[in-house]
Amino acid sequence: MPKRDDITSVLVIGSGPIVIGQAAEFDYSGTQACRVLRAEGIRVILVNSNPATIMTDPDFADATYIEPITPEVIEAIIAKEKPDAVLPTLGGQTALNAAIALHDRGILEKYGVELIGASFDAIHKAEDRQLFKQLVLDAGADVARSHIAHTVDEAIGFAEDLGYPLVIRPSFTMGGLGSGFAYDREQLERMVADGLHQSPTTEVLLEESILGWKEYELELMRDRADNTVVVCSIENVDPVGVHTGDSITVAPALTLTDREYQKLRDIGIRIIRDVGVDTGGCNVQFAVDPATGRIIVIEMNPRVSRSSALASKATGFPIAKIAAKLAIGYRLDEIPNDITKVTPASFEPTLDYVVVKVPRFAFEKFPAADAGLTTTMKSVGEAMAIGRNYATALQKALRSLEKRGSSFHWAGEPGDKDELLAIAATPTDGRIVTVQQALRAGATIDEVFESTGIDPWFVDQIVAINELAEVVRTADALDPELMREAKEQGFSDAQLAELRGLTERDIRAIRHASGLRPVFKTVDTCAGEFPALTPYHYSSYDLETEVAPSEARKVVILGSGPNRIGQGIEFDYSCVHASFALRDAGFETIMINCNPETVSTDYDTSDRLYFEPLALEDVLEVIHAESQSGELVGVIVQLGGQTALGLAHGLADAGIPILGTSPDAIDLAEERGAFSRILDEAGLIAPRNGTATDVDSAVAVAEQIGYPVLVRPSFVLGGRGMEIVYDSGSLVDYFDRVRDQAIIGPGMPLLVDRFLDDAVEIDVDALYDGERLYVGGIMEHIEEAGVHSGDSACTLPPVTLGRGIIDRVREATQAIAEGIGVRGLLNVQFAIGAGVLYVLEANPRASRTVPFVSKALGIPLAKAASLVMAGSSIRSLIDSGLLPETDGSVVPLDSPVAVKEAVLPFKRFRTAEGRIVDSVLGPEMRSTGEVMGIDRDFPRAFAKSQIAAYGGLPDSGVVFVSVADRDKRAIVLPVLRLAQRGFAIWATEGTAEVLARYGIATRVVRKHFEGQQAPEGAEPSVVDLINAGEVDIVINTPSGRSARADGFEIRTATVAADRPLFTTIAQVGAAVASLESGDEPITVTSLQDYAIARAARA
Amino acid sequence: MTHAPAYLVLEDGTRYRGRAYGARGRALGEAVFATGMSGYQETLTDPSYAGQIVVQTAPHIGNTGMNDEDPESRRIWVDGYVVRDPSRIVSNHRAQRSLDDELEAQGIVGISGIDTRALTRRLRDAGVMRAGIFSGDDAALDPDAQLAEVRASAAMSGRSLSAEVSVDEAMVVPAVGESIGRLAVLDLGVKASTLRHLAERGFEVHVLPQSTTIDELRALDPVAVFYSNGPGDPAASDAHVSLLQDVLKDGTPFFGICFGNQLLGRALGFGTYKLPFGHRGINQPVLDKQTGRIEITAHNHGFAVDAPVEGVVDSPAGFGRVEVSHVGLNDQVVEGLRALDIPAFSVQYHPEAAAGPHDSTYLFDRFREVVLEHVGRAAERDDQKDA
Repeated sequence: MPKRDDITSVLVIGSGPIVIGQAAEFDYSGTQACRVLRAEGIRVILVNSNPATIMTDPDFADATYIEPITPEVIEAIIAKEKPDAVLPTLGGQTALNAAIALHDRGILEKYGVELIGASFDAIHKAEDRQLFKQLVLDAGADVARSHIAHTVDEAIGFAEDLGYPLVIRPSFTMGGLGSGFAYDREQLERMVADGLHQSPTTEVLLEESILGWKEYELELMRDRADNTVVVCSIENVDPVGVHTGDSITVAPALTLTDREYQKLRDIGIRIIRDVGVDTGGCNVQFAVDPATGRIIVIEMNPRVSRSSALASKATGFPIAKIAAKLAIGYRLDEIPNDITKVTPASFEPTLDYVVVKVPRFAFEKFPAADAGLTTTMKSVGEAMAIGRNYATALQKALRSLEKRGSSFHWAGEPGDKDELLAIAATPTDGRIVTVQQALRAGATIDEVFESTGIDPWFVDQIVAINELAEVVRTADALDPELMREAKEQGFSDAQLAELRGLTERDIRAIRHASGLRPVFKTVDTCAGEFPALTPYHYSSYDLETEVAPSEARKVVILGSGPNRIGQGIEFDYSCVHASFALRDAGFETIMINCNPETVSTDYDTSDRLYFEPLALEDVLEVIHAESQSGELVGVIVQLGGQTALGLAHGLADAGIPILGTSPDAIDLAEERGAFSRILDEAGLIAPRNGTATDVDSAVAVAEQIGYPVLVRPSFVLGGRGMEIVYDSGSLVDYFDRVRDQAIIGPGMPLLVDRFLDDAVEIDVDALYDGERLYVGGIMEHIEEAGVHSGDSACTLPPVTLGRGIIDRVREATQAIAEGIGVRGLLNVQFAIGAGVLYVLEANPRASRTVPFVSKALGIPLAKAASLVMAGSSIRSLIDSGLLPETDGSVVPLDSPVAVKEAVLPFKRFRTAEGRIVDSVLGPEMRSTGEVMGIDRDFPRAFAKSQIAAYGGLPDSGVVFVSVADRDKRAIVLPVLRLAQRGFAIWATEGTAEVLARYGIATRVVRKHFEGQQAPEGAEPSVVDLINAGEVDIVINTPSGRSARADGFEIRTATVAADRPLFTTIAQVGAAVASLESGDEPITVTSLQDYAIARAARA
Repeated sequence: MTHAPAYLVLEDGTRYRGRAYGARGRALGEAVFATGMSGYQETLTDPSYAGQIVVQTAPHIGNTGMNDEDPESRRIWVDGYVVRDPSRIVSNHRAQRSLDDELEAQGIVGISGIDTRALTRRLRDAGVMRAGIFSGDDAALDPDAQLAEVRASAAMSGRSLSAEVSVDEAMVVPAVGESIGRLAVLDLGVKASTLRHLAERGFEVHVLPQSTTIDELRALDPVAVFYSNGPGDPAASDAHVSLLQDVLKDGTPFFGICFGNQLLGRALGFGTYKLPFGHRGINQPVLDKQTGRIEITAHNHGFAVDAPVEGVVDSPAGFGRVEVSHVGLNDQVVEGLRALDIPAFSVQYHPEAAAGPHDSTYLFDRFREVVLEHVGRAAERDDQKDA
């Protein structure tokens, strides 16, 4: 049953912006699918609004639409491209929901387009809780007792039957959004109300609690001849109660007998068959009662998922790739196993190693959020590690998180056992370390199991690690045998150093002196039964290495590690591009990364892949292994974000050549004094600034340079702890709030900068080869300066900057590039206030906006950068045709405009009382992802970006306006335009007065004061009205002084009600313009068509 | 930490240092690797592993302990056991004791803490070979002496082990539900799961010693005969082959598994040969040529039948037309035989699984159908005779 010949073109639906629960893994799977389909000669049409993805590179599809993933847009694409089929199973829940909408609206039928990968029926059966439950029972398996509720009252009735705690799961949401445990009636009411709102079908499932049961997942694939294989079993170390995305997970399952495992397998196969996934993959989640072995099926996803990406990386079995082939008609036995080449894909991978995944959280970005883990996913990324045993894989995974305190440690006293056990009873980020400390404090395995539900086998592994640590700590000498034993259990040099009171460097020297180095094993799908032809390696302190000698010239590319807020898929994009470009240029590319979600950790991406922590020790060992043959040209550190950059010095100190900008030059940009000197020499200015180490000196500095000031601790990333402060009272308040974070003090000064009110911020991505500057793009932020560039929408080309400013920006960028000594990429942030150009900061590395620039202007910046780092000149890259002759600083007037918009995760995070965290934008980055809107002018592009990010703006209804005094003048015109378009305008008293004077009819709405009883018979407050769904758009700019009082209530209510919220005037202006562009139907254009138009202009 | 040392010595002279595990002493046998990630208890108690030192490629072994429900026979059969990371504790609600204790109690010498992947690759590239594990006092033996012991041990080729693993006395497993007749099972190392499956298909299962003669067999008057899996070289089992030829001549329906498949092959007149490193795992894809379906199957065999994979051929021993019914997709090895003119078929792999996936249990149903059809036809013939 070979490939179907009736499918010649396929529309692939991507997953849109990175959000919690749906991240880079869908770029990995979508990219694989696009590659496979094209290799099969199929015309691939792609829609995805996320510009940071590899899949949206014009090279990966025949027609790439960076457009919002809505039924209207997809219909426009189908009408234009006339694909034979739509493949919706590789773009997460977003794509699946889009497919359902296309089906429901009759669009598929209208255009005669077939859904492949999963039928509508299959999607429906898997997603509809009631249907699925029946199906599981028919398969002879068990389900948790449950009821479906459509109203809060109904839910209260069912809760009496099920008892508390109980689980609430809204239907058709992704990443468990809106689901969780209710322990009492009050929580139930709130969560059900939210869940009904989140569910597109207004239904929630209430379920008996299986908290504390063991949780497993199987990844299955099935072809149209009904051949089914289980690709991977995954066991959650954290028992049921924690979303699998937030759990530490291990593959393969380690605590099941074969009988128990085969039961899960039998059930899984029945389910994939009965749901009717005929050509593709699915995952099935199980809960197993540790006391009795009773098995409950939790859910199944009839599509490629986060877990399938993990399973693919864990086994070497590329699920998405195979799924795409099955979708176009192949059978499993007709597809070769990628790694062995000689055996077929119709088999089940077997592992001779252990894989551990640990989640990466970002609670520090949302200090008010409840850090307890529930069935709603909260992690923003993950790290995976491979080891020859669990202890090694776990320890490697924990150090891959690059987070202080994430690894096991033995310094100081562990604390009180009972207290630690009590803390560990609630699942949180870092619970595994709490468990380790509790064991240190004398807790028994049973006590830990009692407290956490973590299987005793996993607990014992930590006991063994603690015991070995104690031996290391108390040994007379760290002899080679003992050191080997510690390394075999995954201890890092840093941990051994801590235990022995030495430095990491000392330990490394001792270790190397005794010839103790890791070997590298291969992920081969078959436990060594057949030779592996794909060099996908991991380290192990074992006997035999499998790194094949090569005489090539090698370049090592360091990836960016686990995704986190501030460092995500954008950096992976640059790493992957570098790998492609350098491979094309004849280098052997070697990728090191530990993020299973990414394209960079696809073994197809680079010549060699090392799945290793991005810690100095691990990176040095890979480099050592690769240095045994061929020529190591150097290491690329400037594409993998702060993770890779942070290793530059350590590598340079070890004598490893760093390609591109030197580590010392990088310091020039990071170190404030040195950077000031560079600016002085170039005649550039930065905002007035100073540093302080305590509150008094901070107030003194602030008064000297003038309020408002932007304060930020040094040595933090992603704008952590950054705030705009308007007076000394707020500054004192700031110190109070950050006190317990210990981020300011001697040696860790607070940087205090004059904040430029009403300034326009500009981002520049450029390339410098030592002689010539090549601007990738100049981006104008839509929000004023003060909003973190990662959270700000921006437009390319800039729409309000004159030629003169652009020339000055270009010159300044060149001067900075020269001053620092950049070889490769440079990102500079400028602000223009009152006609003055200020330099805010410069980063000699790939920035978050590199992929956006590349997509918007068709300039392959990361590829060019990697070649510049490897020695090419910009001139030669232009001559070879890689770079266009004119750079991105000059964009012709008839070019399209691209707008990047950030996507924020506020909905996911709640305070301990269950309220949504504040959603005001500020200098600390909190977005998880981004979308791009591209169209012929700014309003249309902005409108698309809003649709892609938030589903678009309503074109009628009620606009509520409440702005800070400084914004009152600027708000008048946009509000007038909204009123003219027929919106009703509501405002708080102060804002209403201003609007009234301009003749805008405004209804005055009572403010809302937290904790204050409304007077008898009073009008409903604005928050009441928002909660009641009567407000359609909210404009609320925070005033510096009371940002946390009234505005907070308004903004959180707006986010909870899922209404558009604008917190800056600039956003409002852009939104008004976009509303006016929405009067015409949306038009779609592929990147390839834009490129043709660009070529015609050139 | 101090650990009692142990050595694994291959006949080619390769030595691996590890830690003593299970019983102390020496173990000699053919070193083979098994790639299943679950089911060590079933593996250890599978009589087919008699005479072998089993290397587990899965690193963590012993996590779920041992229980009285899962063993496939009355004892552990492996001669030696090689693992990387033995579990320190037991965690499973059904566990009754630890693997470590069980190995020691049954006197099985093991070794842990060695690079099992390196060893597996060695066996894959060089082929399986004789090996020895030396621990306790034997660990102190001179390396040359250890190697000499290994080289002096019996090779698997030409070795008959059926007598070691078979029952001495016949035993009966009653049919589950209504009996469809007596089934003679020649115990060449049969697994408990196989007997359970057969009984569940309505057979009154008579497990017979491997030394059973054709007269004893006929005296039982079975509706069908079954040959089990088991250890050893099929070329060294001529008595079982000639017994089977008599069975086939009688026209009695026959089903064989694993060793039973090899013996059917030989009875039909094909040869058997030793695979370089065998198939031992629970993830092996097999094509059922009759249905075109792929099964994921459990394998444990070092020998295979030498028959043409494509087409129908005449049995060299004169039993009519024969075809290869199942093929291993990893290496195109014969995984099943079907005689077209007599009611006999067999598979090289393990439909009873344990350990392994349950994809192939249909073969027991197929056997039941073949037998019922045969019995029905015989009854029809009898009816015709009567008429």
